[in-house]
Amino acid sequence: MMNALTATERLALIREKGRPTVRDYIPALFSNFIELHGDRHFGDDAAILGGVGMFGTIPVTVIAQVKGRNLEENKRSNFSMPHPEGYRKALRLAKQAEKFHRPVICLVDTPGAFCGIEAEKRGQGEAIARNLMEFMTLKTPVISIVLGEGGSGGALALAVCDELAMLENALYSVISPRGFAAILWKDASRESEAAELMKITAEDLLKFGVCEHIIEEPEGGAHTDPKLTAENISEYLSEAIPRLKAVDTDEMLRRRYDKFRKIGVFSEG
Amino acid sequence: MAIEDLFKVVIDRSKADTKPKADSKQKKPSPGVAIPQGLLFKCPRCGTVVYRDDFERNKSICPACNYHARIGWRERLEMTVDKGTFTELDADLKTLNPIEFPGYEAKIQELQASCGICEAVVTGVCMIHRYKTVIGIMDSNFMMASMGSVVGEKITRAFEYATKNKLPVVLFTASGGARMQEGIISLMQMAKTSGAIARHNEAGQLYVTVMTDPTTGGVTASFASLGDIIIAEPKVLIGFAGRRVIEGTIKQKLPDDFQSAEFMLENGFVDMIVDRKTLRPTLSKIFRTHNYTRAEEYRGGAAK
Ligand SMILES: [Zn+2]
Repeated sequence: MMNALTATERLALIREKGRPTVRDYIPALFSNFIELHGDRHFGDDAAILGGVGMFGTIPVTVIAQVKGRNLEENKRSNFSMPHPEGYRKALRLAKQAEKFHRPVICLVDTPGAFCGIEAEKRGQGEAIARNLMEFMTLKTPVISIVLGEGGSGGALALAVCDELAMLENALYSVISPRGFAAILWKDASRESEAAELMKITAEDLLKFGVCEHIIEEPEGGAHTDPKLTAENISEYLSEAIPRLKAVDTDEMLRRRYDKFRKIGVFSEG
Repeated sequence: MAIEDLFKVVIDRSKADTKPKADSKQKKPSPGVAIPQGLLFKCPRCGTVVYRDDFERNKSICPACNYHARIGWRERLEMTVDKGTFTELDADLKTLNPIEFPGYEAKIQELQASCGICEAVVTGVCMIHRYKTVIGIMDSNFMMASMGSVVGEKITRAFEYATKNKLPVVLFTASGGARMQEGIISLMQMAKTSGAIARHNEAGQLYVTVMTDPTTGGVTASFASLGDIIIAEPKVLIGFAGRRVIEGTIKQKLPDDFQSAEFMLENGFVDMIVDRKTLRPTLSKIFRTHNYTRAEEYRGGAAK
């Protein structure tokens, strides 16, 4: 494991061109993968890829945010910024997983939900809200893994889960450090200062109880050895999936509720 | 002296950046007369200027365009609940500083002094037209009613109370979104509140959202959008992304009615737009169709 990097150094690492994406991880982690398309209402959003496959001998549903490995891929997947139909596709596949008692694996990697006219018209807020509520009571295990960027509500819509894992250098935040600096200090150039202040690294989130597990990256970051990174993810899933599957459903839902219920910093009286 | 200078107080109150369009046909103070600040209200939607007293007597509704302006929690409570029936819940939750954001505590204390409330939402139990209900009112004067730990916790507890006591919930939403000063903790409040709503929902209880100006960001993307019935006040701002963010992305100006209550109705995200003056009877009609029992005792009308 690397010596602790600063949040700014990690920010640079996760923006590294060769950082593996779900297109690298899905073939490495799942066999017999079948991609499924569409939200059954409006269309198919390429920013979220979903499907069913085998993790070893266990059938699973995979829902993943798609960062491109180059400009062409990024244009196709809208730089991993989903529209409402992407979140509705995710919910459809999660409900399908519930029907067949398949664990759901969400791979989170997004700067945030897309901000645009069409996204507003089709109810970006409603789509995210619906996922938060529905995932909270989904009667099948949900594991979310933040691979790189976990940006705001657009990430949270795939992260209401029984267990949240983060790659060692991944970041998860309420807004990008740049946005934070621009809004609170009216100075986007203080991005790095914001990144350090915001407490957005995997270690920070472990302390807050937001994240349960950190998955090691190879020395130098995931891009230096995508195969090894995938093996580390696989090792985590082989332990976590059977463990979560063994929990009684009512108990699992109680624990999932409590995981989020207890997050908050305030005093009383 | 430009008339604009007289309106500083008013403009501060409603920060929307719409420009004045037409002159109003309403009674309007003439320019050039020295009028103390705060005596006038200028509508951020249509630019109409009216005397503040008249405007407030009209429940803070623009007489020209029917824009329902922002009002404080106390005024909202008085015009909504049966007189003398409100009991506050969880009034003693206090904000802390989870990411040690510089100046956060001082800012909160300053707002507590100027707004007369502890945080951006007030929750409690009350009667509306003799129907017992849990109520929550967000107050945009308090840090644009952004959602941090205390807001998230109070709303969560309000739903848990309602689930336990088999009561409906009426939430007046207003928010600039997640409270960034609390970092990731504020984001998690979206999940926490939505979880409490899921349980209230599974218990078969009614949740009515009343979206007021402005309902945006992480609040739109969580509890505000999850009502069984969603009401919006006329002409208010409702949306997910900030207008300027979208304009920055598309490099063009958005139409005035973009992200308005009317826009949301047209696109299928609110059930109805209801005037402040008819909200109480509307809520009463809704309660009646959901098998809630009306209290026998007559308690008179709204406090105001
Ligand atoms: Zn007006």
